[in-house]
Amino acid sequence: MRYAMAIDTKKCVGCTDCVVACQTENFVPIGSSRDWIVEEVKGKFPNLRMELRSERCNHCANAPCVRTCPTGSSHYADGGIILVTPNKCIGCGACVVSCPYDARYRHTGGHIDKCSFCHHRVTQGMKTACAMVCPTKCIHFGDIDDPESEISKILQTREYYTLIPEAGTEPQHFFLT
Amino acid sequence: MNISGRLNEFVDPTLTIWPWPIPLYLFVGGMAAGILFFCGLSYLQGKSTTLEAAVFKAPLLVPILLIVGLTALFYDLSHKLYFWRLYTSFRIEAPMSWGSWVLAVVTPLSFAWVAITNRQYLTVIYDKFQWLLKIEDFLVRNKKALAWMMIIFGILLGIYTGILLSAFNARPLWNSSILAILFLVSGLSTGASAITLFSKSKAERHYFAKIDLGLIGAELFLIIHFLMGLLAGVQVQIDAARMFLGGPYTVSFWLFVVVLGLAVPAILNVLELKGKKIPYYIAPILVIIGGLFLRFIIVYAGQVSTWM
Repeated sequence: MRYAMAIDTKKCVGCTDCVVACQTENFVPIGSSRDWIVEEVKGKFPNLRMELRSERCNHCANAPCVRTCPTGSSHYADGGIILVTPNKCIGCGACVVSCPYDARYRHTGGHIDKCSFCHHRVTQGMKTACAMVCPTKCIHFGDIDDPESEISKILQTREYYTLIPEAGTEPQHFFLT
Repeated sequence: MNISGRLNEFVDPTLTIWPWPIPLYLFVGGMAAGILFFCGLSYLQGKSTTLEAAVFKAPLLVPILLIVGLTALFYDLSHKLYFWRLYTSFRIEAPMSWGSWVLAVVTPLSFAWVAITNRQYLTVIYDKFQWLLKIEDFLVRNKKALAWMMIIFGILLGIYTGILLSAFNARPLWNSSILAILFLVSGLSTGASAITLFSKSKAERHYFAKIDLGLIGAELFLIIHFLMGLLAGVQVQIDAARMFLGGPYTVSFWLFVVVLGLAVPAILNVLELKGKKIPYYIAPILVIIGGLFLRFIIVYAGQVSTWM
């Protein structure tokens, strides 16, 4: 079982509903975000192209944040989801420094926090909060080890890329082009 | 590339999660490591009488340096009540875990050495707490082992901070294995300088001036090598090196670290060894300030350097 997410960049409109839904669902402190929108403009005026995508923690298979955590607070859980155990976290910030995707933030409670792929929802068979509210249904989530899952099927039919694969993190977050 | 929906403190617009306490600790840790190393080495070489500052005087500073460093690290934690979690696990793949255990050994070790080399001043305490004499006796009988431990753990303390930074593949500036040796050499250099400042013997000062000269030479070579390695790397590493070669950290790095922190003290040391009359404290103070600047610039610039 390996949970992964795929964002259809042709459908994302950058509305940030995913950001708000996540903040509501996961009681994210005001001023912090577990996910965000990236607008990337390419080309030279007037031949411009813009890509919009919803980004978050990539739940990497070779996560530097898990490797550098001195207490084991950052760990691999079900399906490769990376979670933080708050009462093991000392707030040293090593994981924040080690994330090439800037996915982590300091929770007001003192521990370090990030997207959890809505672990509390997906282990109950529900979808992640962001996937549920996305108005264009551009967020696909599921088990990529299951060839029949929605996400496996869409990854078979569409071109996709991952962010900074050369950083060696093996991200499990895909962007359909 | 625009990010919307995220303005996380300490992360946006650039990473600032490790402010001044971290480079301060790296600096005092490095200097403590250097002093411990030369203390143990000088003792084992039988030079306790000629290198008095190395074996007896400068080590007095180490417990203070370590307490300052540990306080800085503790202050930096955002989940302070759980700091003890560092000591309920050892994670071999996490350099920060090695570091917390190295500090757990080095700190009492430095106190132990100070205690047994200054027993004449502690008789008041031993009179009151007789049981301490048993421990002190054990330590004195194993003085040689303590000296070896100071050498080994001095090296570990000096080198692990560089390994720690180089283990972060997300920070292109730090992601060079040379950083480990650079930090060790810098730590030894600031340690040797501290010993020189404590010394009242011209022979000892010249001895450490020679050692420091070698270490400064090594440090200059390592800095050039470090930048060359980055320039021969991938695009983000080239961008990282450019921060020091025309970018925002150019002047502070070359002026405060290389010129004032390395080149000028090296020249002063050469002149002093040749017999010119130069106040002995100028070069060591410059080296120490240079070491502080090196740590600050690398930690701050490293957080700015990024893949995205």
